[in-house]
This record gives sequence, structure tokens and C-alpha cells, in this order.
Amino acid sequence: MSPALILAAPAGARRSWRKDSVLPGFPLALGVTLTWLCLIFLIPLSALILRPWELGPAGVWAVVTDPRVLAALRISFGAAALAALVNAGLGLLIAWVLVRHPFPGRRLVDALVDLPFALPTAVAGIALTAIYAPNGPLGRPLSELGVQVAYTPLGIILALIFVGLPFVVRTVQPVLEDLSQDVEEAALTLGAKPPQIAWRVVMPAIAPALLTGVGLAFARAAGEYGSVIFIAGNMPLRSEIAPLLIVIKLEQFDYAGAAAVGLAMLVLSFTGLLILNSLQAVLARRGRA
Amino acid sequence: MTLRSLTPGGAALILAALTALGLLVVLPLAMVFHEAFRQGLGAYLTALAEPDAWAALRLTLLVAAISVPLNAVFGLAAAWTIAKFEFPGRSLLVTLIDLPFSISPVVSGLVWVLLFGAHGWLGPLMQELGVQVIFNVTGVVLATVLVTLPFVARELIPLMEQQGTDEEIAAITLGAGPWTTFFRVTLPNVKWGLLYGVLLCNARAMGEFGAVSVVSGHIRGLTNTLPLHVEILYNEYDFVGAFAVATVLAGLALVTLALKSALEWRHAGELAAVRRH
Amino acid sequence: MPLIVEDIAKRFGDHVALDGVSLQARQGEFLALLGPSGSGKTTLLRVLAGLERPDRGAVSFGGEDLLAMDARARRIGMVFQHYALFRHMSVAQNIAFGLEVRPAKARPKPSEIRKRVERLLELVQLQGLGGRYPAQLSGGQRQRVALARALAIEPRMLLLDEPFGALDARVRRDLRAWLRQIHDETGLTTIFVTHDQEEAMDLADRVAILRDGRLEQVDTPERIYEAPASAFVFGFVGEGVQLPGEVTDGVLSVAGWRSPAPAGTPPGAVTVSFRTESADMLPATADGLAARILTLSRRGGSSRVTCEIGGQTFTLQAPKSLIAPGVEVRLAPHAVIIHPK
Repeated sequence: MSPALILAAPAGARRSWRKDSVLPGFPLALGVTLTWLCLIFLIPLSALILRPWELGPAGVWAVVTDPRVLAALRISFGAAALAALVNAGLGLLIAWVLVRHPFPGRRLVDALVDLPFALPTAVAGIALTAIYAPNGPLGRPLSELGVQVAYTPLGIILALIFVGLPFVVRTVQPVLEDLSQDVEEAALTLGAKPPQIAWRVVMPAIAPALLTGVGLAFARAAGEYGSVIFIAGNMPLRSEIAPLLIVIKLEQFDYAGAAAVGLAMLVLSFTGLLILNSLQAVLARRGRA
Repeated sequence: MTLRSLTPGGAALILAALTALGLLVVLPLAMVFHEAFRQGLGAYLTALAEPDAWAALRLTLLVAAISVPLNAVFGLAAAWTIAKFEFPGRSLLVTLIDLPFSISPVVSGLVWVLLFGAHGWLGPLMQELGVQVIFNVTGVVLATVLVTLPFVARELIPLMEQQGTDEEIAAITLGAGPWTTFFRVTLPNVKWGLLYGVLLCNARAMGEFGAVSVVSGHIRGLTNTLPLHVEILYNEYDFVGAFAVATVLAGLALVTLALKSALEWRHAGELAAVRRH
Repeated sequence: MPLIVEDIAKRFGDHVALDGVSLQARQGEFLALLGPSGSGKTTLLRVLAGLERPDRGAVSFGGEDLLAMDARARRIGMVFQHYALFRHMSVAQNIAFGLEVRPAKARPKPSEIRKRVERLLELVQLQGLGGRYPAQLSGGQRQRVALARALAIEPRMLLLDEPFGALDARVRRDLRAWLRQIHDETGLTTIFVTHDQEEAMDLADRVAILRDGRLEQVDTPERIYEAPASAFVFGFVGEGVQLPGEVTDGVLSVAGWRSPAPAGTPPGAVTVSFRTESADMLPATADGLAARILTLSRRGGSSRVTCEIGGQTFTLQAPKSLIAPGVEVRLAPHAVIIHPK
């Protein structure tokens, strides 16, 4: 609001920085919220943002452009992107089946989709490793075919697909449920074929939600640690993820270096989310038009 | 729709989805139990009876018992602020509260080491005071609280937004005071949403690995939570032991899922807002 | 005068909701606040309830300064448009709420509360439904619970915000008569917000008409209908013909028709209004406003016709005589109301 307008307000008008409300407790609730957020999140986060610069800009640059760090970031974010892509398809398929093709036991399957949320990552990690190890139930036949999953980047992608799967299903599912079948039936009466309906009627409606889900799955996967380290093999330059590098640097008491890698991960994550968000904004605008 | 009205295309889609879920989700779960009982029930029970495993269980329960109530209070305060009032910076606050979700668990542990570690900002001060945060239960709690910060808040915010302020205002015109209004009108209206958030918060608090691993120091019997204990046993090639402890965590996950589904089915109306965000 | 509202103003950002409203209500009066949406009527009600703080002005009730008290202390019963019932409480618990939250020394005994809830359930004709939950009631029943809940605190004044707005037409009419009856039984000063002129005129002792945050007229329904203070009030409370006209030398000319202006009418541009039911439809040879029939629909004893007068289209009742589309007629109003422009 411009100063001129404030001056023009009638004498005695109360202007407050928030909208008046008769409900009590705003100062207390806001106070608790901000205090907790500062103590638990913002102050620690500021340490992450400030500490790398103890090395000086050149030092930070040297850390993040170290071949081993670059490789780890590439593996974490590359694998996360690939896993998110796979999850876009898998998640869409599962959400579609759950909403549009009811079958006996659907509720049980629906509940199981959340297992990767609920199962501690370390448990998922050792279980996936046991399955895909060269002597595991799936690892053995696959290795006979010449495909090595455990202790390779493929294993990392697999673990990241596991942790990211519920995000896509759970963001797409409610939108599909809300999507009225009238629209599809209308398209049908207008002579559209099912693939045309899926692509031109259904996809545009769920695309923003799909992107949100993919973004969440990507962000989660890029920072994932527990489910990955068991199956990754952790070979520097080949199958070493960025979070593990942070752990290694901490073990060497290289706080600034660890913080630099952490900061780089944060920046990359948010850049990725920002791109997805703007893409989603474009799609959402088109959906409304 | 029944199975009879199933089209071949529909059947193929269902089959594909079930196969994917089976391989990706059900198989790992089955594998945990298969490996744990590989050497029979006796070996399984022996592995579970180990004192270090019990210590880890106790610590896991303790950490959850501290961090979940703290974040529940935070979630209620944050949701009350955000859902019932309009003020500048409201959407920024929502974004900030969600942010810990997009941060690597390892980074959520790292930040505490940067603050309280031996070479941390407050490390020397803590040493003087004789307080140890890192490689101690305090650090484990702090890391867990950070990782689980958004859980309750993000369930309650959409729910309270959807419920609006009509009932609270009616209570005030009827003469109810602030706390009476909160405890007798607001809280009962969101109790299932709160429980839902607490459930998910608790599952994550008990299962957290990355953040806790960074701050704990893996001191057996002292700063080892159940997930960390799984890792130690696994790295010592005690696979039966690792998977036996893992079955406890998998059981916790299954109980969480069952309770969560029960809440979703029985209180679908109230939780609709929650599932839609 | 127990309720005195003086010069109340309230703005939200750049929007002026109330612009100097002054109003009085007698003890036990039933006053309707009527106006189109955005006229400020709900804001005024919320100011009275203490839910909105005015930018300036004063409100007193029985000599007490209401603005100095917060909503909680005012003991004003409020009935909300969307009921605002506590969804997790039974009907009886909803009604008892205002009594149970009183400080311990002012709180009636549980047995007394139970008795009072029973009496109120009887008053709102919901005997036996005390154990139900709001979700199990119809809209009309919910609104009656809301009223009982407001009455339970023995309020000094009752405020109702579009209480029947969310109900269907038949339930609305039933509840209307019943609300008047409750008012007469309790003798409470009642302020009632509505955008439905029929509801206001039917129910209230006096009607206050608001437009753009200002009071246009406060009067009995009869006076409002017969002697509207402005062209806006005329149009808002009933059907009629409104045309621009001009008064010169004591003669009113409107749409080509000239007639003597009522005594004392100042000269200048005016708005001429008359109710359609108080105008005779005459053959084209008679003296009156020239009108051309456009369409007609027969309904029972009379016909509704649309006709064009002075370039504008109006709907009015016509006797069941030989009228047909295209016919020229003359309208002779019994009484015209003239408002200066």
C-alpha cells in the first residue's frame, strides 16, 4: 500500500500488519512456531550456509570441483533424476489402476504403496541388497544374464525408485479421483479414441500433480542415504553418493569441506525444484485457460 | 466394477501394476523376514535377545518419545497460526516448514555437527560447560526433531484451513475463553488429523537413519538406535542379527501402515483435506 | 433506546464497508438490515457482535459502551449463516456449551444446565433430538439448534446473519413465521441481516436499508414500500416502473406524458416511480403513459405482460382483457413517487 493511501485513511483508523481477527492466540502461536523453526532449522541451516566460506571462495570452488565430489554429485542427482523419471511412469500406472480399475484386494495394495514411506531406509537398503546381490533371488538370474545390479549405479537407481514411488502415486491419485469421467465420456462421444483421450484429456489435467510428485521424488532421492549405501558399493568416482562423501569428510574432521558438499547439494536440489515448479506453473496456467 | 466387467486392457494394466509393486515393495519386505529366519527361529530369537539390541530399542523409543510430542506441539502452533490468521509472510512460513523434507537426512545431521561438534561453532563452549551434544543422545534427538519437523504441521494446516474459523468465532460469542475454545472446539475437530500426523512423525522418528548416523558416533549400547544397530550388525556380517533387528522395524512400519489405513477409512471425511495436499 | 449505533465506519483496505451508519433500536424490537451483497449489512452486524472493530463511531446498549467490551463479554447471541455448529458435539452439547464454559462460580449446576437444554429443545421444536450430531440433521434443524445455542446464554440481544440463506424456499417460509413467534415469546431485541426484501418486509418491525455502506432508510415495512426515501429503495423492495422525467412549472413530463406534478415538487430532473399494481391499463385513446405490449403469458385470472415504456422494458400484471403483443395501451398510475436525481 502506498504512503499516500495511509495518509488518506480516516483519523483513528487502526492499521495493523495483519488482518484483524477476534480469534485469540496469534502472538503465542506465531512465537512458538518461529522460535522452534529458528532453533531447530534456521540456525543450524545458517551454519551450513556460512561455514563453507571459511575456506574462502576459491577453497569452496576447489572442494566442489574436486573430481570425486563432482562424480558423487553427478551420481546422486543423475540417479535421482532417472529414478524420478521411472517413477513418473510407474506411479502413474499404479495410481491409474488404483483409481480406475478396482480389483479385489485393492485396499491392501493401496496401503502397501506407502510402505517405502514407512519402512526405515536402512531396512530397505539391506533387503534390496540381499535381493540383488550376485547370490540373491533376483541377483543370481540377472547376473547370469550379465546384468549386475548390486554394487553398481544400477543398484543406486533401483533403491531410489523404491524410496520415490509413493510420492508420485500419492500426488496423482487424488487428482485422478477428482477428475470427472464425464469429460472422458464427452470426448468419447466426440469420436476420440482411448489413446487420444488419455493423452489430450487426462494427461493435461494430471500433469501439474504428476510434476509435483516427480519433484518430491527427485528431492527425496537426491539426498537419500540409508537405502542406497548398502547396495551402492560405494566405489569412489563410480558408485559413491554425495551424502556418503559428507560422512567421509566429517570422519576426517573436514567440517568446512563437508558443509561445502552439503551446500552444493542444497543448491542443486532447489534449482531442480525451481525448474519443476516453474514448469508446473506454466502447465497450471494452461490448465485454467 | 467386478472382475467380470474387466476388459483385457484393464487386466493387463492391473497385472503390470501388481507386478511392479510386488517386485519393488513386497519382495524386499518378504526378504527381511526370509533372511531373519534363514537359520531358524532359535537363531532369530537369540539375535533379538542380545543386550545391545535391547539398548538400541530403548534409545529408539526414548528419542521418539521426546521428539514426537515436541513436533506435535510445534505442528499445532504452526497450523493455528497459518490456517486461522492472515498475515504477510504466511506462504513463506509454509514453505520454510516444508523445507526439511527436501533436505538430505545426512545434511540434517551435518548441521548439528557444524554447530556442536568438536570443531563446531558452539563446540568449545559446550566442552567448557561439560555438555556433550554430538556422539550423544542429545544430538540424536536434535537430528530426529529436525528430520520430523514438518510431519504434524503439514497434516494439520490443510485440515484447519478447510475447517475455517466459524466454530471458534461461535464459541467466543458464547463466552468461551482462548484455551477453552482451543481445547473444546479446535482440538476435537482435528484430533484424527493430529493422530495421523503423529503416526507418520513417529514412524520416521523411529526409522531415521542418515541424520542420526552422522551425529550418533555409533556407540554400542549408548547412542545406537535400532536402524544404526542394523547397520553395525550388517557390516559385521552378522546377517541374521541385522535382519532380525530389521524385522522389528519392518513390524513397526506394518503397524503404522495398518493404523494409517484404518484412520483413512474410518475418518475419510476429516482426512480428505489431509490426503489432498 | 437500548441500542444506539452512532456514525460507525469501517474499511477493509481500499473497500469502504461502512461509511458513517447511525441507527437505533428499541428494547424488544425486531429490526432487519436489508441490502444487496456488499452493502455492509453483515459488517454492521459483526461490529455489534464484537467480531469486527470499527474505525470510528460508537455503539451502546442500555447505556453501556459495547465497543469497550470484547466479543466474549458482550453476551450477545449470534446465529451464523452457515450455522457454525460444533460438529463433534451432540445437539444438547452444542446448546449447553455457552453455559458450561462460564467461570465456575457463574456456571449453573449440571442438572440446571440439563433442564435448560430441554426447555430450549422444546422451544425450537427439537424435543428428543438432543443426542443427534449436527451432520445427522437437516439444514432447517441445524439452524434451529444454532438459535437454541445462542439463546442458551440468555443473551441481551439476538443477532442473525442471513439465518435462512442456505435453506430452500419452503423451509425458509416456515422458519420465518416460527422465528417471529420465538421473538415475540422471548421479547429479545433482534437484529436480522438479509438480502431478501420479502423476508425483511414480512418479518421485521422496522427495516434498515443499506447501500454501499450507507443507510438509505430506516422505517416500518409499510412506509418503506409506500414512501421509499430514494429511487434505490423503491427498486429494491418491490416491482415497479422507474423512468427518468423532468419537472418544469409544476408539470411533470415523463416518456412523452405530461401530468400535473404533486404540490411542492422542486423543478429539475427527477426519477419517476410507481408500483405496477397501482396503475390502470387503458386503451390507447385514454390519457396516460404510452406503452406497447411486447409479450404476454396468461396465468390464472390475470396475465403478465412485458411492455416497452419510454425505451425501457418492464413486466407488469394486466387484466385478462383483449391485449395482444404489439398493441398500444396507456398506463395511468394512481400515485407516482418522485425522487430528485
